[in-house]
Amino acid sequence: MKIVVCVKTNPDLQMVRIKNREPVLEAVPYKVGDLEKNAIEAAIQLRDAAGGGQIVALSVAEANRKIKETLKEVLAMGADEAVVVADAALESADPGAVALAIAKAVELSGGCDLLLFGEGSTDNYSGQVGSRTAELLGLPQIGYARKITVAGAGIQVERSMDEMTETLEAPLPAVVTVVSEINEPRIPSLMNIMKAGKKPVTEYTLADLGLDLAAVGPQRDVLSNLAEEQDRKRIMLQGGAAEQAEALANALIKEGVLER
Amino acid sequence: MADILVYSEKRDTARELTFKAKEFAGALGLGVSAAALGASAREAAAELGAHGADTVYLSEDPALEGLQTDVVAEALAQIVHAAEATCVLVGSTRRGKELASRLAQKLGAGCVTDVGSMAVEDGALVAGRYAFGGNTVARETVITAAKVFAVMPKAFEIGAPVSGAGAVVTPSLELTPSAVTVVDRRPKEGQAVDLAAANRIVGMGRGFDKREDLALGEQLADALKAELGATKGIADFQWVSEDRVIGLSGAKTSPELYVAVGISGQIQHTVGISSAKLIVAVNKDKDAPIFQLADYGIVGNLYDVLPALIEKLKA
Repeated sequence: MKIVVCVKTNPDLQMVRIKNREPVLEAVPYKVGDLEKNAIEAAIQLRDAAGGGQIVALSVAEANRKIKETLKEVLAMGADEAVVVADAALESADPGAVALAIAKAVELSGGCDLLLFGEGSTDNYSGQVGSRTAELLGLPQIGYARKITVAGAGIQVERSMDEMTETLEAPLPAVVTVVSEINEPRIPSLMNIMKAGKKPVTEYTLADLGLDLAAVGPQRDVLSNLAEEQDRKRIMLQGGAAEQAEALANALIKEGVLER
Repeated sequence: MADILVYSEKRDTARELTFKAKEFAGALGLGVSAAALGASAREAAAELGAHGADTVYLSEDPALEGLQTDVVAEALAQIVHAAEATCVLVGSTRRGKELASRLAQKLGAGCVTDVGSMAVEDGALVAGRYAFGGNTVARETVITAAKVFAVMPKAFEIGAPVSGAGAVVTPSLELTPSAVTVVDRRPKEGQAVDLAAANRIVGMGRGFDKREDLALGEQLADALKAELGATKGIADFQWVSEDRVIGLSGAKTSPELYVAVGISGQIQHTVGISSAKLIVAVNKDKDAPIFQLADYGIVGNLYDVLPALIEKLKA
C-alpha cells in the first residue's frame, strides 16, 4: 500500500509573541504540526500491520520555510521519502490553492492508495485542505479518524464526531484526516535521525506541476488579524492562604456572584 | 433574486443560521433559501420556513442516507444552482466543516470555517475566526463569486418563529450513493457535560501534581456549585474526559465565573475562557500569563489556597 501523508510546517506557536496586538513572527521557527505527526504515525502503523508498503511525506509551502529541513523529522519517524512543492507564490496561499498543488503532486508522483491529513493545521485550523483535495481527486473521504484498519480491499475507520462515534468503510483510494486521539507519535531514535538525511527528497515548483496560481486568484481577503483586547481588573489578593480566601469570598459577594 | 443558502445537519443550528441569514439578506438585498436533506428532513424543512427561509429545498433522496460528505456536497451544489445562491452558510460542526470545504471546492469558492462572529460591513459579509492557534482573531471576507462560510453553532441567538412560512419545494437531484458506508454509530460517552452552557466553572491545569489531587478541584466546584473543566494537558494525562477540555481543542465557554486553578494561561486554553464575565486565577507562579487575564489573582500554592477557600465558602 502506498500512503501519502500531507504535512504542513507551522510557526511554533509557543514562540509567537504579541506586540501592539500584532503577532510577531520574526525569528519564530517552523515545525511539523502535531496532527501531521499523528498522521505519519498512523501511516507507519498501517505499513507495519501490512508487512510492507511505502510512505511519502508531501509538503506544500512558500519557498523560504525550510521545509526540507523540517521534514527530516517525519523521515526520521519512518516515512520512506519526501516530496516538496516549494514556491514563492505559495506565500499565504488559500486552502484551495494548496489543495490544487497537493492533488497535482499526488498525480505526478504516481497516485496513492491512501491520502492522510491532520484534521487541521496547528496554526489556522481551517480544516479545508483534506476535503478540497478529495473533491479535486474525486475520492471518498472520511474525516476525524481515531482508528484506521485495512479491511479487505478497503479501510474501516472509526471516527470521532461532535456527538457520536461512527464506524465507516470506504474503498481505496480514499482521503482520511486524523484527530490527536488516534495515537501517540513516536520520537525518532538518534540512529533514525542520522539515516533520515539519506532518504530521497523530490522537489517541485508550481511550474513543474503545470500550475499558475495567478490564474486561480486569491479567494479570501484578511482585513485584520489582531489579538483580542481583554479588559480585566487584575487585582492581586495579598496575604497568606486564609486571608486570600477571605478576600476572594468578599470580592465574589461584591461582584454579585456569591450570596452572603 | 440571488440568495443566501443555509444548511446544517443539526436542526437547531439550521434554525439559528436561517434566522440570522434573514438579517444579512436584508442588508445585502438577497433572499434566503434553506436546505433540509435526508430521511427525516421533512419536519426540519417546515421549521426552516418558519424561521425566515423564503424557499426550503427538501430532498429525501435515498443517496443521502448517512449524510456522507461527498453526496451532501453534491446535493448542495445542485441546490446552489437551482436557488441561484451566491453565499452558503453551513453549521461548523465536524461534519459541517468537512462539507463546507468540499462544497467550496465544487463551487470554485473561497471558504472560511469555524466562524465565531459575522456581520455585514460595506456591503460584504465579514467573518471573524481565531487564527495563530488562538493568539489572534482574523477578520476575513471571501472574494470569489460564490462564498462559503462554516459558522460555529451558537454564534447567534435562535429567533422565534415568524408567521408567513416559506415555501417548501422538492427539487429532483441527480445523486449517486457514496462509496463510504456506515457500519455503526453510537453516542459518545460523557455527553452529560455542556461546559458551553455552564454558568460557573472551576478549571484545572497542570499545577495539580497527581490525579487524586483533582478531588480538591471537585470540592471547590461543589462549594461554588460550579462545573469542572480542565486544560488539554490534564485530559492528555487521561485524568479527565475530553468533554471537560476548555480551549481551542475543546469547549468555548462564557460563564459568569471562571476559576483557573494551577493553569498557566497558554493561549490554547484561554481562548475558551475569554468571554467569561469574571475570571479568578490561583497559581504559584506570580509571572504566569493567566494573571494578565484575571480579575482577581491569588499567588500561592493551590494545596494551601484551595482548602482555605473551600472552608471559607462552606462556612
